[in-house]
Amino acid sequence: METQESISSADTRKSLIKVTKLTKRFDQVTAVNEISFDVHRGELFGFLGPNGAGKTTTINMLTGLAKPDSGTIQIAGLEYAKNPKAAQHLIGVVPDESNLYPELSGFDNLCFCASLYGIHKSERRTRAKELLETFGLKEAAYRKFAGYSKGMKRKLTIAAGIIHHPHILFLDEPTTGIDVASARQIRQLIADLHRSGTTIFFTTHYIEEAERLCERIAFIVKARIVAIDTVLNLLQPIQERSSMLISLSNPADDLCGKLATAFPHYEFQSLYPDQVRVESAARISVGALVRFIENQGAEVTEARLLRPSLEEVFIRVTGIELDIMRKEKERTGGSL
Amino acid sequence: MKRWIAFWNIMRKDIWTYYLKPPNISWGLIFPVAWTGMFFIKSGSGLESIVTLLPGVIAVSILFGTTSMLAVTVTFEKKNRSFERLLLAPIPLELLMLAKTSGAILFGVVNAFVPITLALFLTDLSQVAWMAVLPAVVMIAIASTFLGLFIAVSVSEVFEAQTFSNFFRFPMIFLCGLFFPVESLPVLLRPVSYMLPITYGADILHGAIHGQGMLPLPLDFLIITGFCVILFYISLKNIHRKWIY
Repeated sequence: METQESISSADTRKSLIKVTKLTKRFDQVTAVNEISFDVHRGELFGFLGPNGAGKTTTINMLTGLAKPDSGTIQIAGLEYAKNPKAAQHLIGVVPDESNLYPELSGFDNLCFCASLYGIHKSERRTRAKELLETFGLKEAAYRKFAGYSKGMKRKLTIAAGIIHHPHILFLDEPTTGIDVASARQIRQLIADLHRSGTTIFFTTHYIEEAERLCERIAFIVKARIVAIDTVLNLLQPIQERSSMLISLSNPADDLCGKLATAFPHYEFQSLYPDQVRVESAARISVGALVRFIENQGAEVTEARLLRPSLEEVFIRVTGIELDIMRKEKERTGGSL
Repeated sequence: MKRWIAFWNIMRKDIWTYYLKPPNISWGLIFPVAWTGMFFIKSGSGLESIVTLLPGVIAVSILFGTTSMLAVTVTFEKKNRSFERLLLAPIPLELLMLAKTSGAILFGVVNAFVPITLALFLTDLSQVAWMAVLPAVVMIAIASTFLGLFIAVSVSEVFEAQTFSNFFRFPMIFLCGLFFPVESLPVLLRPVSYMLPITYGADILHGAIHGQGMLPLPLDFLIITGFCVILFYISLKNIHRKWIY
């Protein structure tokens, strides 16, 4: 895994976003603490972390809605502090909550957003129609935004974010709180935008989503970037290990301790009273494990090999427990 | 040119979505009529008293119309986060806020002409110096709108904006010389009158409509313009401090 400094200096592709030692404090709380990273032209860059880690504060600073206490931001070579409005011409922003005008129709919302970038009437009408078609909202074009479903609102908000053909699109938690079908459509739209050459800065706390979409990912925890690399490189250390999840009924007391004594080459972790996670640098012998557990009076209901996932990397790197992530997803209405 | 496309469309959107809605049109019509009626009945005199009441009614109509609308167009949009969309647009904050307030200024000017139109039917206004009334109406509308903007960016909830507005508006009815001359106020309250922008707008109207102004017209215009600049500057400062945190 590369450090922040090495990824900045080693990569030779031109950076569209360059962030250096960015810090933001709110009274006594440091929301973002000396983070540095680059986002390359045409890249889909994931910015991951749990709620309150500093993702939205970072986006707000990158888009001009918040002022850094220290550090610098360059957007396409422009120093943000010196040229905030010139930099805002180059970016599109999709916030974590849809913030269009409830009393305007979808079409009028898009036309209004285009006008904010100085686009002439005929051009903005054509562009609005084109985007409504692309995002599958043509039928609802003249309905008030207030009457849209959550998924439709999110799609129109993304359309509004790209109405002026931005070089960089900031997407803040685009699939949070919407239904599975809409989330899938939005992921497809993001992938299509990326393929068309738009540079995308993407925050989420759905790690599987980032793994599926992003080329490079930064993990932010407690205001600091703790890892930044390509998805493949981040997965590398755990791909060399085997993991298994065993589900049980009637587990014996201190089953993990007994297993650790019997199988010293494996690592055991009890996630819930009825689940044991097994890890090993070598292949895991399922039969021997199952026989041992059943001899302890428990019944194995399921034994499943785990695919190496970015979620595991996240847990290893950040130390955040899996069940905390799960609870967070449930609380925020995770759609994956 | 691109910036003016944004300016025009922000103003146009606000006019269509807020100011031309039936509740606001009725507010703009009924409120000035109610005030005119109230003071006319209270005075107990004939139609000739309309001329002395008219400056106060015009100023009150503008003050209440503009300050009420800013709570919606700014505080409400900030609350539902659509204001962020404007802050993210590549237009200078000064121009953006002028666009957001221009609808309210126009609304205030239109409100002012409701009592003027009614008065035209009821009394003789041939002695009125319209060349002073028109700029005075515009300046009162600008000052009231920027006062509304100052209030709107000082609070975070729409109801707070309404409450905070009343904290300024109702005392201003009595302190700004709208219906009672500033000279007739207790000595201790007079300095407060001189610190309120509407005092100078009302003074221009009194001078232009029935020739009883307190200060020379150029001085009134200069002071009210100064208030407008200060209120707008403080509001921009507050937006920078509170909303682009």
